[in-house]
Amino acid sequence: MTWDVALILSIDGLASSAIYLLAGLGLVLIFSVTRVIFVPFGDIAAFSALTLAAFEAKKVPATIGLVGTLAALAVAAETISLIRQRAFARLPMAVAGWGVAPGIACALAWWAAGRDLSMPFAIGLTILLAMPMAPLVARLALKPIADASVLVLLIASLVLHFLLSGLGLLFFGPEGVRTQPLLGGSIAITDNFSVGLQVVLMVGAAAALSALFFLAFERTLAGKALRATAVNRVGARLVGIRPARTSLLAYGAASLLAGFVGVLISPVTTIYYDSGLLIGLKAFVAAIIGGLTSYPLTALGALAVGLVESFASFWSGALKDVIVFSLLIPVLILRSALSAHAEEEPEEIPS
Amino acid sequence: MRGLSRARLGLIGLVAVLAILPALAGNFTISLFNDIGLAALVVLGLVLLSGIGGTVSFGQAAFVGVAAYASAWFTLSLGFSPWLGLLFALAITGASALAIGVLTLRLGGPYLPMSTIAWGLSIALLFGNVEALGRHSGLSGIAPLALGPWKLVTSGSVYYLVWGLVGLAAAFSYCLLNSRIGRVIRALRGGSILLASVGADAGAVRLALFVLSALFAALAGWLYAHINRFVSPAPFSLHASIDYMFMMVSGGLAQLSGAVLGSGLVLLLKSALQDVLPLLTRRGSQIETLVFAVLFLLLLHHARAGVAGYLVRWQGELVRKPPDETSVDDDVPPLPRRALPVRGAPLLAAEGVTRNFGGLVAVNNVGFELRAGDILGLIGPNGAGKTTMFNLLSGTLPLSGGRIAFQGQDVTGKSQRSIARMGLARTFQHVKLRPQMSLLDNVALGAHARGRCGILQGGLALNRAEEARIFAEARRQLDRIGLGGREQELAGSLALGTQRLLEIARALATDPVLLILDEPAAGLRRQEKRDLADRLRRLRDEGITLLIVEHDMDFVMNLVDRLVVMNFGTKLFEGTPQEARADAGVRSAYLGHST
Repeated sequence: MTWDVALILSIDGLASSAIYLLAGLGLVLIFSVTRVIFVPFGDIAAFSALTLAAFEAKKVPATIGLVGTLAALAVAAETISLIRQRAFARLPMAVAGWGVAPGIACALAWWAAGRDLSMPFAIGLTILLAMPMAPLVARLALKPIADASVLVLLIASLVLHFLLSGLGLLFFGPEGVRTQPLLGGSIAITDNFSVGLQVVLMVGAAAALSALFFLAFERTLAGKALRATAVNRVGARLVGIRPARTSLLAYGAASLLAGFVGVLISPVTTIYYDSGLLIGLKAFVAAIIGGLTSYPLTALGALAVGLVESFASFWSGALKDVIVFSLLIPVLILRSALSAHAEEEPEEIPS
Repeated sequence: MRGLSRARLGLIGLVAVLAILPALAGNFTISLFNDIGLAALVVLGLVLLSGIGGTVSFGQAAFVGVAAYASAWFTLSLGFSPWLGLLFALAITGASALAIGVLTLRLGGPYLPMSTIAWGLSIALLFGNVEALGRHSGLSGIAPLALGPWKLVTSGSVYYLVWGLVGLAAAFSYCLLNSRIGRVIRALRGGSILLASVGADAGAVRLALFVLSALFAALAGWLYAHINRFVSPAPFSLHASIDYMFMMVSGGLAQLSGAVLGSGLVLLLKSALQDVLPLLTRRGSQIETLVFAVLFLLLLHHARAGVAGYLVRWQGELVRKPPDETSVDDDVPPLPRRALPVRGAPLLAAEGVTRNFGGLVAVNNVGFELRAGDILGLIGPNGAGKTTMFNLLSGTLPLSGGRIAFQGQDVTGKSQRSIARMGLARTFQHVKLRPQMSLLDNVALGAHARGRCGILQGGLALNRAEEARIFAEARRQLDRIGLGGREQELAGSLALGTQRLLEIARALATDPVLLILDEPAAGLRRQEKRDLADRLRRLRDEGITLLIVEHDMDFVMNLVDRLVVMNFGTKLFEGTPQEARADAGVRSAYLGHST
């Protein structure tokens, strides 16, 4: 391996790190607030990539049908539960929030599909369509068991991934897509080495979004409520922070991140309906390096995962995923050595 | 005993139906039932590991694959017989499970199941990328199983082998769960502190269980390779592991019978869907995945107890009872007992014991001595550091400074388990019992360190004599603490005060030299407290030394020989109860300063 090759691999790794950073942030956000390891995060990112590709190809994105179906189911579930509680006054709000809001996104996308869209507009629409997905699937599949043990939630979340990738195959079909680069061209650094502007954009977007999230957490009341719930669920409840609302916020914000991940990754990697799992799991490796709680360490983890993956793919393209996952083992051993007392938490699976 | 006979009838019925099936059904059905048998083997291991032991694994399909590929490669490349392939497959799978288990089983929370996803995926990826294993096209032309001259090629001919192995594995699991190690397995979810307090090694048992479940999966994998005579990476993917998980949950997480019921239910449903869906849509296989995912989610939402859960409720009684023969225990030789130290000899000595939590000094330079045959009370206002002191003495927490000697040996830095095995038994301020286990089982768990039988002896039911002695001892301790005659009640159904008594019985079953009790009288009524005090005095008269943390002053003052009073992490006073009453420092600690 020459220095040039190493440099190119590092730049590639940096670009993937940006993706894993955003996905890792989303996973940590959801886990810390709801205790769910949200495996379907990657699926939503993949769907967002497929949506953007459909807009580019001037087709109606299948996401509209997907989001519409989920919204209809969520409205039905919410209506039934409110009628059971005899809370009729809350019905209009529920229908507006779970039905009308995603409906507007779908309608907008429907109107725009097939037209000649400018790229920023297509991206905006794609992210708008991705936004309701995590809150909707969480409402349908995870909220009814929100109080179950972490393990039941994990099983449910894994099943949810298979459900979503099944729906993905049904709605999008088995073809892979690759979208236009958001920024063409490159910056020449030396005579035989240049950095693609797309990579610069990915790293820049990841940095900007993380900074934005950091500010939102530190400076806004909603951000503080999220942090409070993450630190102590019961305590947060006692001071009037409603867990249902903070989870919704966490899922919404994570869904937004998933939308960005999809948009950023699709110009550099071919995305299929089932590409999400590996993106999500690698981001999870990054999140574990951060102990599932620390955002700065997650960023460091994302960098490690991206670089390891990039160098591993040079060594063996087929085994790069195995190599990335084996990175997990030293990390996990270190983690468990550091948190010796975390183990004493009896888990009961049956209800 | 109507419920038990129902369960037995059900089992006999199931075996009878399975036995005559080949005579009635066509090849397709028999082959489907072979698949159910293979899945049942894997799910049986998963029930033991996850459903009962609480260690969730998403990697079982990978173990099936390791064994299938191992035996396939061994017989194809080296030309050995499939029976040698079985040994090879078991060895390779067991070794992989051991390696993975040693590396990851100590992880807490969601880390462990997530790491099983990672290695489960990695192993499946490896199959598809190794040249010697045929990459994505797999290995074909694998030799069929043969018994002498008979080749077991048709599905009918392997049927009895498959279900015979399922029966053996189920019987092994059943006996194992009802053995000495089985009690530890059923108590694993109670945490390692509880298990260490009776001298059991939770980590070692969890590791053994992990390997055992992998070996069950290996049996299935070996059968799979030689029945289908072709292996490829697809059936060993993460998706397959989730299917096994689905079978376990639908059958009933913690029930052995659920393994067979669940795999039967899921695979029959799958087969029915494969018949029906193509009639309705061209995308049958895609819809099938969706249907299963939705069903699994609904199951998690509404019926986490599974089919066997309903059966248990219908039976109206516990499925796992201790073997009946243990109820006659008059002529069983008692378990060997430890020699108790001479009354008055120094038993426990703490010197300058200190413990910091970050900047907080919870216990600061505390020292006292306990002589054999005494009852020592450790009292103090809330937050004085009594429970921390307790955890330090029993080895549950490491010391920050100072030293502790027990029976003349330095035990500073020794593990809780080895201190427990030296004869220090304890109860817990927040009761640690297994609510779903009977009183008898809970107390028998206490006698763990006095038995020898391991997993093999337990699973092969070679432990009857020892079990009888353990149960006789457990009954004796229940009688001793006043809970005789209630052996078969569930620990979770007791009132809190009675649960504390049960913990004392469990501690006594360890044959302790020193018994340390954390608030034994909390939650008891007045008369019950008097009874308890009488029983504790009797224990002292029998030569057991007691250390008691208690809030009820009446109880303590009338019971103990000497008192140590703690306040703000330091020792305030040591002496007789009379002296403590007169001491100004003790008074001001409890009642505030009089100025």
